[in-house]
Amino acid sequence: MLQRIRERLTLTDMIMWVIGAVLLAMMTWGSIATIKAETYTLHHWFDFIIFGLAQGSIYALIAMGYTMVYGVLRMINFAHSEVFMSGPYTAYYVAAAFYSSGLLDQYPILCLMVIFVVAMITSSGIAFLLERVAYRPLRTAPRLIPLITAIGASFFLQYVFRGLFGSGFQAYPVVKILEGEWTFGEFRLLKFQVIVILAAALLLAALYSFIQQTKVGKAIRAVSEDKETAYLMGIDVDRMISTTFVIGGMAAGAAGVLYALMFKQVHFFMGFIPGIKAFTAAVLGGIGNIPGAMLGGIFLGLIESIGPSLFLGGLGIVAPYQLKDAIAFTMLVLVLIFRPTGILGERLAVKKA
Amino acid sequence: MSHKKQNRSVPISSLVVGLKTGLIGAILTVLLSLIGMVEAFSQREIIHEIISMGHALLLLAGCFIAYFSAKRTLLEKKSLILVNSLIAGILSSGSLILLVVLGHFVNLRSVFINASPVLFNLLLLGQGIEKGSLLLILIGALIGLFSGTLYLFPARIRKAMVLPLSSVLLAGVLQDLLRPTLSAWGPLSKLSDWLFTANGLSLSGAITLALFIGIGSHFWSSKGKGIQERMKNLSLRKRRIITYSGFLILIFLLLLLPHLLGLFLSEVLTIVGLYILLGLGLNIVVGYAGLLDLGYVAFFAIGAYTTAILTSPELGFFHLSFWSALPIAILMGIVSGVLLGIPVLKMRGDYLAIATLGFGEIIRILVLSDFLRPWLGGAQGIGKIPKATIGSFEFARPQDIYYLILAGCLLVVFISLRLKDSRIGRAWMAMREDEDVAQAMGINLVSTKLLAFATGAGFSALSGAIFASKLGSVYPHSFNVMISINVVCLIIVGGMGSIPGVMVGAFALVGLPELLREFAEYRLLVYGAALVAMMLLKPEGLWPEAIRRRELHEESEEKTSRESTEETSV
Repeated sequence: MLQRIRERLTLTDMIMWVIGAVLLAMMTWGSIATIKAETYTLHHWFDFIIFGLAQGSIYALIAMGYTMVYGVLRMINFAHSEVFMSGPYTAYYVAAAFYSSGLLDQYPILCLMVIFVVAMITSSGIAFLLERVAYRPLRTAPRLIPLITAIGASFFLQYVFRGLFGSGFQAYPVVKILEGEWTFGEFRLLKFQVIVILAAALLLAALYSFIQQTKVGKAIRAVSEDKETAYLMGIDVDRMISTTFVIGGMAAGAAGVLYALMFKQVHFFMGFIPGIKAFTAAVLGGIGNIPGAMLGGIFLGLIESIGPSLFLGGLGIVAPYQLKDAIAFTMLVLVLIFRPTGILGERLAVKKA
Repeated sequence: MSHKKQNRSVPISSLVVGLKTGLIGAILTVLLSLIGMVEAFSQREIIHEIISMGHALLLLAGCFIAYFSAKRTLLEKKSLILVNSLIAGILSSGSLILLVVLGHFVNLRSVFINASPVLFNLLLLGQGIEKGSLLLILIGALIGLFSGTLYLFPARIRKAMVLPLSSVLLAGVLQDLLRPTLSAWGPLSKLSDWLFTANGLSLSGAITLALFIGIGSHFWSSKGKGIQERMKNLSLRKRRIITYSGFLILIFLLLLLPHLLGLFLSEVLTIVGLYILLGLGLNIVVGYAGLLDLGYVAFFAIGAYTTAILTSPELGFFHLSFWSALPIAILMGIVSGVLLGIPVLKMRGDYLAIATLGFGEIIRILVLSDFLRPWLGGAQGIGKIPKATIGSFEFARPQDIYYLILAGCLLVVFISLRLKDSRIGRAWMAMREDEDVAQAMGINLVSTKLLAFATGAGFSALSGAIFASKLGSVYPHSFNVMISINVVCLIIVGGMGSIPGVMVGAFALVGLPELLREFAEYRLLVYGAALVAMMLLKPEGLWPEAIRRRELHEESEEKTSRESTEETSV
């Protein structure tokens, strides 16, 4: 028995386990120290969790686009972060017009709906064109080539937006009904965070039921399972791929407006960081797996908002919040080491990649 | 995996083609104007007082669209081809009139910051709305007809027409490179004075250049084959003498280059050189071994920071010289390459890419953080890094650092070349083609992969060390993801696995944008568009490895034969 274990364990495995164990031990040690020191009260933790959920649900929405496209095309759509940016950026002009005409204060809900619709249409339009122009001719190309194309398209889109609308930050108008907070006894909830969470949850639920229950959703799942067979079953593969991009774009556009409402500004480079985070979330959950992307997004959002104070605060590290991205990426690497397929993924990393 | 018959490239015989491509052209020209490229580029003139770069850009877009429209039309109907390209040309230019008219009635500027009266005036060629629109339509029709006829001409004449025009364009665009270089050489300065005015080529210069190139290309197309053949028939010894003397001249030129080019261009050369070093390192990881590493900048940072910590008096830990710090920096790079390689040994493809991207970011964030500030300097970085010296000679000016980088490049090229044909090189390539098969053939994947990571990281650390001593300071912001992405792109644009390809890629993706610095705003836009176009049209790269070219070629041959059988069976 021991002999067999020794045979199966290679040196590199052991090193990996040691690295993992050390990191885990540090995390536990840090958490215990933080809790013991009682620097943060229950309120703080509650705020952290709500913020993490809000951020995480936005990540989850963006991650849907990554994971669905990866499912059907097996490629990282690097330009998805620009699909995400384009929606709220275009909708900004609608929002600004509503704001200056006073409509936004009179009919806030209607205006918000219009803003969402404009953003979703723009984003999905850009995603559709992207697939049509840049990716479709490369279906048979080696894997690296679509990736480079995606990177190129990403630069192109960023700088087209910069050229068209300028390089500055545009301040998103404040929506009055989203301001303020609710208090429940001791706890307070920022309104817009709650609304972001609710809206994202609603959209995610709609998206999930669309994929699971409609005929088109079924067809998309069939295409991501096996293109050849799907084709033989009478599914128009090209159209399903386009549809996937459009749906992913819609989710990204909605996520973009939520993001812009949360941080109150848009910028041509705003997609980059959330894009990478959302991709990380998709990989965390198991890329190609739709519930996995949702779970991964929320997990990542929570880790980012709780992690720095919980894990690092107790270790006596100065300004732990600067390291939140490092924590997110360490999480990613840890998950990839110990569960290369992500939290919910099949063994795809080895089989299909 | 395309299941439908590819009907995209099948020519169609109807006016729809002209209308469709014309619409694309309309969007393209309007976009070019609204992005601000036309206005920004109009400051540089191609031919003095005749055509500016902004207008040339629009003309080029129009020609391209019209040519494309001609190409999409069925070849048998010659008149239809002309009509279609005419429609495409007119639509491309007509959309600009629409833009101007719209701009007169609506304040477009509140949304599109570049929709200024200056732009509208430029678009109307400074002629006012009525005359300007007529002129625009006329120009659109002309370029449409020009492109249509160009398409109908045989390839040899087409080449003789396009080559002179494009060389005039190139000379105009690169005037800042050509003028100082030419005028630095005594006798040639007269030529440059005659060719160039203060802004753009002179008219007579442009015509002469066009004629010269046109006649030259005509001569080459009729006589070139003979010369090539004669070269082939030379005896082996003579041919070898020619190659060796060519090589010697190349080395000699490389050594002289910074003296010929002056300060600014030497600076550009050093930047390109650093990227060549990085590219050659990553070429081993991505090109040879097929491991897509997006966190490659980490090793660049490690090399730079190790040098900085070891040499800078600002931190005061060590006071080594550059030369004693260099081996330690490279060693640190190699060690970290192995350390970061171990966790990702079992990952493939995109998972590997994203994990390495994560590593790169982690390193950057750690360096940036206040937590490690006492050791790494935080956001302020580390300054006062001493220059490299030999005796009393200091590598301080870009012209001197160039030699340092040249030496590094030559060394790295030599190692890459030797590695490529070695046992380990062949193991890498076997692994790139198929990991499982490679393992079955007795290749130890673990050590082979780690060796690839370590070698690549070592080269990158070397580049980082030179970078640190060149700048004299290191900041965490110099080491962001963009560098990794740039390096991956230059390898792929140059041709994966090919050493000359890396150099071509570095010159194309790093050198050219540096030269066009005043258009810095549009640098990444053009870069992105060029990447996409490149991947769509020439995915094997500018200077591909011979084997890879053959492979891609074979694949397409196989595909066409398969498609044709499919078609017959249908």
